[in-house]
Amino acid sequence: MDQLVEMRQITKTFGPVVALRGVDFAVRAGEVAGLVGDNGAGKSTLMKILTGVYQPDGGEIWFDDRRVHFTSPLDSRQAGIEMVYQDLGLAENLTPIANIFLGREITRRRAGLRLLDEAQMARVARERIEGLQIRLPSLSLPVERLSGGQRQSVAIARATAFQAKLVIMDEPAASLAVSEAAKVLGLIKRLREHGVAVILISHRLQDVLDVADRIVVLNRGAKAGDLRREETTMEGVVSLIVGGGG
Amino acid sequence: MQVERVSAKQVEADQALPPFRSAFTRFGLLLVVLLMMGILTLLQPQYFLTRENLTNITRQVSSNSVLALGEFVVIVTAGIDLSVGSVMGLAMTVVALAVHAGWFSVPALLAALATGLGVGMLNGLALTRLHLPHPFIATLATLNIARGATYLLSGGVPISGLPPAVRFFGAGEVQLFPGTAFAITFPISFLIVILLYIVISTFMTRTATGRHIYAIGGSLKSAQYAGINVSRNLVLVYVISGGLAGTAGILLAGRVNSAYPTAGTGAELDAIAAVIIGGASFFGGRGVASGVFLGAIIMGLLRNGLNLMNVSVFWQQVFIGCIILLAVYIDVLRQRAMRLEG
Repeated sequence: MDQLVEMRQITKTFGPVVALRGVDFAVRAGEVAGLVGDNGAGKSTLMKILTGVYQPDGGEIWFDDRRVHFTSPLDSRQAGIEMVYQDLGLAENLTPIANIFLGREITRRRAGLRLLDEAQMARVARERIEGLQIRLPSLSLPVERLSGGQRQSVAIARATAFQAKLVIMDEPAASLAVSEAAKVLGLIKRLREHGVAVILISHRLQDVLDVADRIVVLNRGAKAGDLRREETTMEGVVSLIVGGGG
Repeated sequence: MQVERVSAKQVEADQALPPFRSAFTRFGLLLVVLLMMGILTLLQPQYFLTRENLTNITRQVSSNSVLALGEFVVIVTAGIDLSVGSVMGLAMTVVALAVHAGWFSVPALLAALATGLGVGMLNGLALTRLHLPHPFIATLATLNIARGATYLLSGGVPISGLPPAVRFFGAGEVQLFPGTAFAITFPISFLIVILLYIVISTFMTRTATGRHIYAIGGSLKSAQYAGINVSRNLVLVYVISGGLAGTAGILLAGRVNSAYPTAGTGAELDAIAAVIIGGASFFGGRGVASGVFLGAIIMGLLRNGLNLMNVSVFWQQVFIGCIILLAVYIDVLRQRAMRLEG
C-alpha cells in the first residue's frame, strides 16, 4: 500500500448536526490532494479529525501503514502531520522563531537548568526553511508587527520546518495578495518535490486545479467525487460541489 | 524569493533583542524612578537620601513587590488573581499561630508557604477543572474564603510576638561588602525580593514553560494548536502566585512582628497596579518581571514621598489612581506608535 494517509468511513456528529457521514479519504506520499466543498461540507471537520483536534465517532485512520488514534494536535505532529490553520494559529506576541518552535523548543542544560537555546533554534529555523526558499522577515520582531503575507510565511515555515510527511493547508491564500498567493502555490509544488504530501483546502478552485494531483469533493458531509487532475475540469468540480445532494 | 545568506553576526543581532519589546518600557520606567528620586531629593534633602529612609522604602515595598511578581505571572496568561492579599494575610496568621502553638520556626514558615501554594492550587483547579468562566470568579471566591479563614483562625485579634528565626526574613539585615569602602547594611527581605525576581524572570524568559505561558496569554488557540498543555500551565501559574503570596506574608509578618487579621486587605489591588505600571498588559502575553519590579518601586517611592511631605493617605490613593491611568495611557500610546511604525 503506498497510501500515506487513509481515513475510512469517518463519521462525526455535533449534537443534532451530522458533519461527516462515512467519508473515505486517502493521500499518497508526495501527492498534492485538493479538498474542496461548500461551506459546511465537512472539510475542516475532516482535517481536524486527522490532526487530532476532534475525535471521530466512527471509522479508522491509518497513517504510514499504522492504525492511529490521535487525541491531540501534538500526537499528529509527532507522527509527522503539520497543519497551517486558516487563522494561522500564531502567538502574535512571540517572534517567528518562538512560534516555529512553540511546543517543541530546543533547550540545553546550563548550570543544572534546562534553558532555551535561542541561538540553536535560530540556526535550525534558518537551515530548514532555506531549502524551501521561504523568505522570512526579521526573526526578532513579534509576529504582530509583520504583514499578512509575512505571517503566512511564518505559519508555513512552522509547518514545514520539521520534515513533516504531510502538510495540511486550510485556505492558505485566502487573505493574501495575488503575488503572495502565487508564492504559496510555488511552495506547495516544492514541498511535493521534497516528497512531502500536501492537502490543500481552498475555495479558490483555480489554485487547486493548478497544483493538485487529485481533487476530492465533499458535499454535505459525504464524498461527492475523487478525481485525478487530468480528468477534471473546473465545471466538473463546481457541479460536484453544488450537486443536488441526491 | 531567495533567502539571503545570514551571517553569524546577524543571528547574534537577532538574539540580542529581547523577544518582547520591553526595552522602551524598562528604560522609560527607569527614567520615572530616577526622576521621582531626584524630585524627592530636592523636596526633602535632609530626609529622602538617608540610609534609614532608603532602607525603609525597600522594606515597605518588599511584600507588595512579591505579591506583584506572582500577579504578573498570572496576568501574562491574561488571567487575574484577586486572592493574593487574603492569602498573604492567611499565611501570616498561619505562621503566627503555628509558633504560638509551639511549632519550630522552620515548619511554621513552611506551613505558611504551603498555605499559599495550596490556595493557588485551588484557584488553578477551580479554573481548569470546574471550568469556572473566568479566573476573576475563582479568585474572588478564594479571596473571601482565605479572609474568612484568617478571621476564624485568629479569632479576629492580632497575634503578636514572633521568634527571631521567623522575623529573620522580614526584619533581618545583612552586611554587604564588610570591611570595604562599600560596606552597607541591607534588609534581607529586599535581597529575597531581588532573588525571587531573578528566578521568576529567568523562568519566564529562558525556559520552555515560561515561553508557553507567554504563548497562552498571547493566543490561547495557538498554544492549543502547538500541543501545549494549557490546563497544566494555568494551574502552575496560580500555584506560583499563591506561593509568592505566602512568601509575602512571611516577609510582612517578620517586619511587623505580628499577624493581624486585616493584613493584606486590598493588597491585591496594589499588586495589580504595580504590574500594570510595570508595563504588563491586561490582555496577556506582554510584560517582563524587571518592569514589574520598577512598577512596585514607583509605587513605594510615591507612598514614601507623600508620607515625607505629610500628604494624607487619602490623597495618596488618589495619586496612585492617577499614576495607573497615566501608565496605561502611555502603554496605549506606545502600542499605537508601534503599529503605525510596523
